[in-house]
Amino acid sequence: MIDFNLIPVLPEMFLAMAAMGLLVVGVAHGNSSTNVISWACVSALVIAACLLFGMSWERQVVLNGMFVFDNFAGYMKLLVILGLITALAISGRYLEILRMNRFEYPVLIVLAGIGMMLMISSNNLLSLYMGLELQSLSLYVLAAFNRNSLRAAEAGIKYFILGALSSGMLLFGTSLIYGYTGSIDYGVIGATLSGLTALPFGVIFGLVFILAGLAFKVSAVPFHMWTPDVYQGAPTSVTALFAIVPKVAAIALLMRLLFEPFAAAQGQWVQIVYFLSLASMVVGAFGAIAQTNLKRLFAYSSIGNMGYALIGIVAGTPEGAGAVILYMLIYMVMTAGVFAIIIGMRHDGIRANHISDLSGISATNPVLAYAMAIFMFSMSGIPPLAGFFGKLFIFQAAVAEQYYILATLGILTSVVAAFYYLKIVKVMFFDESVEPFEKDIPFARRVVLFVAVVFLLAFIFRPEAIVGSAQSAAASLFI
Amino acid sequence: MIVQAFAFYLFAGILTLSALMVITARNPVHSVLFLVLAFFNAAGLFVLLGAEFVAMILVIVYVGAVAVLFLFVVMMLDISFADLRRGAMQYVPIGLIIGAVLLTELVMIYGTWSFAPDKSKNLAAPVAAFVGDTNTEALGQVLYTNYIFAFQTAGLILFVAMIGAIVLTHRTRPGVRKQSVSDQQARNPADVLEIRKISSGTGA
Repeated sequence: MIDFNLIPVLPEMFLAMAAMGLLVVGVAHGNSSTNVISWACVSALVIAACLLFGMSWERQVVLNGMFVFDNFAGYMKLLVILGLITALAISGRYLEILRMNRFEYPVLIVLAGIGMMLMISSNNLLSLYMGLELQSLSLYVLAAFNRNSLRAAEAGIKYFILGALSSGMLLFGTSLIYGYTGSIDYGVIGATLSGLTALPFGVIFGLVFILAGLAFKVSAVPFHMWTPDVYQGAPTSVTALFAIVPKVAAIALLMRLLFEPFAAAQGQWVQIVYFLSLASMVVGAFGAIAQTNLKRLFAYSSIGNMGYALIGIVAGTPEGAGAVILYMLIYMVMTAGVFAIIIGMRHDGIRANHISDLSGISATNPVLAYAMAIFMFSMSGIPPLAGFFGKLFIFQAAVAEQYYILATLGILTSVVAAFYYLKIVKVMFFDESVEPFEKDIPFARRVVLFVAVVFLLAFIFRPEAIVGSAQSAAASLFI
Repeated sequence: MIVQAFAFYLFAGILTLSALMVITARNPVHSVLFLVLAFFNAAGLFVLLGAEFVAMILVIVYVGAVAVLFLFVVMMLDISFADLRRGAMQYVPIGLIIGAVLLTELVMIYGTWSFAPDKSKNLAAPVAAFVGDTNTEALGQVLYTNYIFAFQTAGLILFVAMIGAIVLTHRTRPGVRKQSVSDQQARNPADVLEIRKISSGTGA
């Protein structure tokens, strides 16, 4: 009979109950309760994080082998919860101003979070797909949440159609894997493939389709087309969510999938991930140069950053995997900070999200300008900020496995990327001021900015604590 | 045996014919009705296979819900299907060519592909442990015990779909007159009724 131990699923179950309960509260009290529900969702996420801490982080496979919880899953879930809390915290005032403060918004974010946590813990191609769809479906709705905006509707439709297409490819790949190995369970697939001298052609074919489907989700080139349009069209608070969280979950999913069941097929998938990584870095660096809209610019920036993260997967070692986790953590913190600034950009109540709107804010909003400068320096990888170490560990892992071309190209493209990050700094500090921003920054956003800046500045003093935990989380994938 | 074979050919024959009629009938309402007939015959085939649960589900879900929904849509939308079909014939040759190319590719590729040797071992029938039960019980065991996780997650996904549909389409319109029972009950004749004496020959 199956092992009916539900303890490892407790955080997800708690969040699902909380989401349903809060939805009922919202329906009963209408949109005036949005603020309360929003903070209730934040507390639910905090409680889920506490539940995670309280659990044993030993590897446990439960529910008929569909759900796995280990050190890696725990670490990545904490990152996801942290990102969700940040995304909820910075969006409060913005939603009120845009009259988007409907109570479904925080509930959908929590439901998307459950999907991401299920993705991270999936141990079966079926639970992978279920988690992915739960997450994507919530995000499609969020992208189109501002119904009065034509661009938001366009973003929602684009995201939905391309997402559905990628899900179709993923399912086709899954069916091929099932057809040629006879199982959808990670453990069984891994055992079946590791005993073979030559992989069946059908399995390789299926793997290609699954990777194509997942590349859509992490917006790796050549499956990145939707990213700039969706980032620009969606409401800024949703763009912030898109930039901060789902990619952490998707990368975690990709890592578990490639390192556990398809470890035997490493020779095959390395070529694919190698190309995805290389193309993403190049397109991310050169695509962003011509952008004038900040949200589009950070869309290309996220494409490029996914390219760097994929380098660590190409390396295929525990060190590489640890570097990816660390990179995602640092990238998440930087993006959270950047979007905490972009989301508050207004001139006389009109929303502004062009680079030129930042001109000369060093004179009018010096604190914001310096914070933004720190984020930009960190993103372009200038020591001693945390962003530098993220890239350093990735390149180290690549060089250790003799991927010299990839590492060299990574460094070259980050030099190109530094151009547009530093352009923002130049606009802020050396251009004529147009008009000042509105000064009042909500408390939650101040906290996010403060924590992000402190993290990036202080990382150099105690890197071993964070690096060590990331490495031990990654090591649990390689047993 | 002979009865079974007779039943099979009866169901299969009618199924094929009605499926053909679905795509050739000029009147879309006739198409949907033939679709219903096709579903019923497919259900008959399932019963012959001993899969009575799937047969019932096919009738209840597909005939009872999906086909009736199709019928509603076809009857409510005023679409001239003849207009939609006009000009489609000119694409038939290129469609056939592409289909033929795909088919040869598939045949060539599938011909050389090999399966993992453990495949048949991995494919152990999930219902082997439930021999003797009816297949409704066996399906219930698989769905609610082995795959309870996927089942519950599917429930959550449908929940999100429901929220999404409401969020994206439901608007509160001002100026729409809704019936409010409590308002109706609270009306007092003294507040809203006025009795006037009108002398004959003059207006109100």
